[in-house]
Amino acid sequence: MIKTYDSNEYDVIVVGAGHAGCEAALASAHMGQKTLLLTIGLDMVAFMPCNPSVGGPAKGTVVREIDALGGQMGKNIDATYIQMRMLNTGKGPAVRALRAQADKWQYHEHMKDTIENTPNLTLRQAIVDELVVEDGVCKGVITNTGAKYHAKSVVLTTGTAARGKIIIGELTYSSGPNNTTPSIKLSENLEKLGFKLRRFKTGTPPRVNGNTIDYSKTEEEPGDKTPRHFSFETKDADYLQHQISCWMTYTNPTTHEIIRNNLDRAPMFTGVIKGVGPRYCPSIEDKVVRFADKNRHQIFLEPEGKTTKEVYVGDFSTSMPEEVQLKMVHSVAGLEHAEMMRPGYAIEYDVVEPWQLKHTLETKNIKHLFTAGQMNGTSGYEEAAGQGLIAGINAALSAQDKPGFTLGRNDAYIGVLIDDLVTKGTNEPYRLLTSRAEYRLILRTDNADLRLTEYGHELGLISDDRYKRFEEKKQAIKEAKERLHEITVHLTDDVQDFLKSIGQETMKAGVKADVFLRRPNVKIADIERLTGEKIPGDRYVKEQVEIAIKYAGYIKKEETRIARLKRQEAKKIPANIDYEAIEGLATEARQKFEKIRPETLAQAERISGVNPADLAILSVYIQNGRYSRVKK
Amino acid sequence: MFIRGGVMHFFYWKKGKIMAQTLTEFDTIAAISTPIGEGGISIVRMSGEDAIKIANEVFKGADLAKVPTHTIHYGHIIDPDTGETIDEAMVTAPKTFTREDIVEINCHGGIVVTNHILQLLLSHGARMADPGEFTKRAFVNGRIDLTQAESVMDIVRAKTDKARQVAERQLEGGLMHKIHAMRQEILDTLANVEVNIDYPEYDADTVTAKQMADTANSVIKKIDRLLSTAQEGKILRNGLVTAIVGQPNVGKSSLLNYLTQSDKAIVTDVAGTTRDTLEEYVSVKGVPLELIDTAGIHHTDDKVEKIGVERSKKALERADLVLLLIDASKDLTDEDKALIEETKDKKRIIILNKSDLGQKLTVDQMKKLTGSEVISTSILKEKNLDELEELINKLFFSGIENSNDQVMVTNQRQTSLLNKAKSELQDVVKAVNDGVPVDIAQIDFTGAWDTLGEITGESAPDELITTLFSQFCLGK
Repeated sequence: MIKTYDSNEYDVIVVGAGHAGCEAALASAHMGQKTLLLTIGLDMVAFMPCNPSVGGPAKGTVVREIDALGGQMGKNIDATYIQMRMLNTGKGPAVRALRAQADKWQYHEHMKDTIENTPNLTLRQAIVDELVVEDGVCKGVITNTGAKYHAKSVVLTTGTAARGKIIIGELTYSSGPNNTTPSIKLSENLEKLGFKLRRFKTGTPPRVNGNTIDYSKTEEEPGDKTPRHFSFETKDADYLQHQISCWMTYTNPTTHEIIRNNLDRAPMFTGVIKGVGPRYCPSIEDKVVRFADKNRHQIFLEPEGKTTKEVYVGDFSTSMPEEVQLKMVHSVAGLEHAEMMRPGYAIEYDVVEPWQLKHTLETKNIKHLFTAGQMNGTSGYEEAAGQGLIAGINAALSAQDKPGFTLGRNDAYIGVLIDDLVTKGTNEPYRLLTSRAEYRLILRTDNADLRLTEYGHELGLISDDRYKRFEEKKQAIKEAKERLHEITVHLTDDVQDFLKSIGQETMKAGVKADVFLRRPNVKIADIERLTGEKIPGDRYVKEQVEIAIKYAGYIKKEETRIARLKRQEAKKIPANIDYEAIEGLATEARQKFEKIRPETLAQAERISGVNPADLAILSVYIQNGRYSRVKK
Repeated sequence: MFIRGGVMHFFYWKKGKIMAQTLTEFDTIAAISTPIGEGGISIVRMSGEDAIKIANEVFKGADLAKVPTHTIHYGHIIDPDTGETIDEAMVTAPKTFTREDIVEINCHGGIVVTNHILQLLLSHGARMADPGEFTKRAFVNGRIDLTQAESVMDIVRAKTDKARQVAERQLEGGLMHKIHAMRQEILDTLANVEVNIDYPEYDADTVTAKQMADTANSVIKKIDRLLSTAQEGKILRNGLVTAIVGQPNVGKSSLLNYLTQSDKAIVTDVAGTTRDTLEEYVSVKGVPLELIDTAGIHHTDDKVEKIGVERSKKALERADLVLLLIDASKDLTDEDKALIEETKDKKRIIILNKSDLGQKLTVDQMKKLTGSEVISTSILKEKNLDELEELINKLFFSGIENSNDQVMVTNQRQTSLLNKAKSELQDVVKAVNDGVPVDIAQIDFTGAWDTLGEITGESAPDELITTLFSQFCLGK
């Protein structure tokens, strides 16, 4: 038994310095709270144990949302990317997605440096074994060296370290991600405190030496020429000129045969792996078995940084024995002679079932205790960072006894993510998808700043200077719209020729420029050229105006649906309602309501397995004011 | 006070005790749940916390608090204040339909007695049920879904066995299955669209805007088919509006009398439905006919008569079926020709009556002349009338007879939601043609999916439920 000693006192303690922990600690410190950030390994701060990239569909929007709320991820990737691409450019604005390839070592160093230079924030290496809990309130943590830190709020972000177990073929050993020290005792402590934990599984592919890849047999995927960044604060002028390409190749029938011949050694199929893995990001052996009719699968070769030759073999996640992995890698075009530098592995870890949380990410059981990131059952750096930011903000607020901050499903992807977790729980590592959002034309990647900067500023996470620039952008958008409403596009040969050239019907009479802009493929630049008029604003302003005008009808439809959501959200369910006292509820619905304890009728409506009749009963019960029989 | 002898004071509360009309969901409600008329048995139903207690106060036979559920008990309904026996009755006390205590009093029918029993229950603590309230409770108690709830109402309203069959099939979820299938079709394409968006680099098949438009068109067609049953569904529910026309003395009254003879007449006025007038309903081989007055359409200058003729023409406009009688023993008159012309756009059967008096017009001649169904009868001698009934049946329900899995859209809410989904899908098609990106056109695609879900109650907002039930019929 290690003798404990009283160490320092803080307002907020964050346990874990991955993508969730870093955001939580920075937000708390920026909000003026004396903050301690503890991590098992200082060399793992904001480390990317899996793919070296940030962003993509939904995830890229989350990064911009984090930025608008004053978080760090966007700035950090803007400072350390080696390639930037906008995905889905052939589709509508709602689903465009920015993605960056990161230099994963620089990403880590830059974040660590930022944290070290942030006032109110202390970064320290330690393993937390226990929480200090008194009368249902979390008051600090105890480390394995016996240090007892006191705090008003605690945020846990244990990632995949909680009772982590790495699996490579027949080999299994206790480990955190990337062969780091796992956290064992904290899980036991959480169970003792009454939390329900479960086992999830994820995995990562092998890394190979780029010098041994024959790129001539692969397809190049270069970055974009047009400058784009994640953070509102990064300037176009800083756009990286010399980007590093990714490369694409494929598996083939030989690869699949190697896998099939060794399924008896695959932990996924021999029962060694008990944790539930994600459906959307299966291991290659899983893909070969489940999609037996496909004779090839894509593989993306992603460089891990500028100063390393390690290349991430994307979409080739595997927990096969090392010997088999080598054969599999060598069967792929371009990788015939590739030297494997690290084998792929699967990792099992503990998660806190997220229905035990409120929308603030505070646990329902223990006050002033928050959890965020992968330990809440999600997958992905962006999902982790988004939760970390919200948990950090709320930990800072609760340390000051202020009411919590939450985002709705109509506010942000982060709101969708957290609401899904706390309302539905998750049976597999949760990945954010654009299809999880009901209002994705509202939740665009290009308007995250317009949606959330106000909140960030109110919370004290956005500087007055940036806020001023944000207001200028809003003003410019307004002026550009007004200008377009004033200008007329006259019926000229130039205009008709232009319309013909973009495959549009010619005009019968002149129209206002904003009406003209509604036609597909017409851009503001075309109007400026055809009318000789100048529309105010930079390209970001013009982008907003184009989207707002072109898709006005659809945006209005989503706004109508949001209005209905808000009406339902206004119907609050009393916190101490006794579901046993409501007659007529189906048993399943009663149990679900009791477990989730939804805060509003809107949330109750989203619980799976609850039918309209149960909702009608609940609604009638609440609206009749008959909830006097509440739980003691 | 209740006056025996026919005059009803429906909302008169005995003892001057006015029941508090608290519109809570769990108090005790009562209503007559069978059509009021000369039927054999009438049922007064009561549901709620105090149902058994109230019934025990007026029923002498068994203690309903002690009898097992799903049993029926013989006894008498007695007015406890006067000791007067109102009727013999069979009383059931099952815990069934609404999952709360339900008492059903089966009495001898007749408006007077049935109402007296209802008044007794009301004066002892029950409250008059709102339209559709029994069904709403069943829905709220999770026993049935929305389409099923609507079917219950249709069963109450169903005027013949065939209508009941359609209603019952819908109750089993026939419409629900159709809607599910359409939603699934949308979902399949939708899922593929989503994959393309969330995994833009993966080599999943790319759903083009055109494919989405194709799916939208395919579902639109299915919706159209369902909507086309809406008209037939309405006929099954409300009866086929039938006009009997012809010159004076051609046999209209005889036909009317034949059709309304006692074994064909069906009860009409269900309290709480939209009908407020008594109309003549008959059942012809399972086809419900609503016979409307057509005093006679012929050209006249007489002002008084003109009003009658105008009214007849209006009635003719409303008719789903025209039975046009022509005197076969005489040559076609100008009036006959005018009537043939007047009804040429209607579904009609031309009846060559008085065939027993010699036949100047043959069926074949008439068929050639009009292109309509023609039948030769003698109504007076009841000759060929069975064939006439067959013809009526064949004309309107051949499709239904032949296909047992026919699903009918039978009410206004379903029709309007189907139309909404259809228009959303049309918006998808239009957007695709206009070159709108697939992920934007998808907004209406998802909208249609949600709208179809509303039909089965899968995504029913509670405003909908409130509106829906306020349109429901009383009882059941």
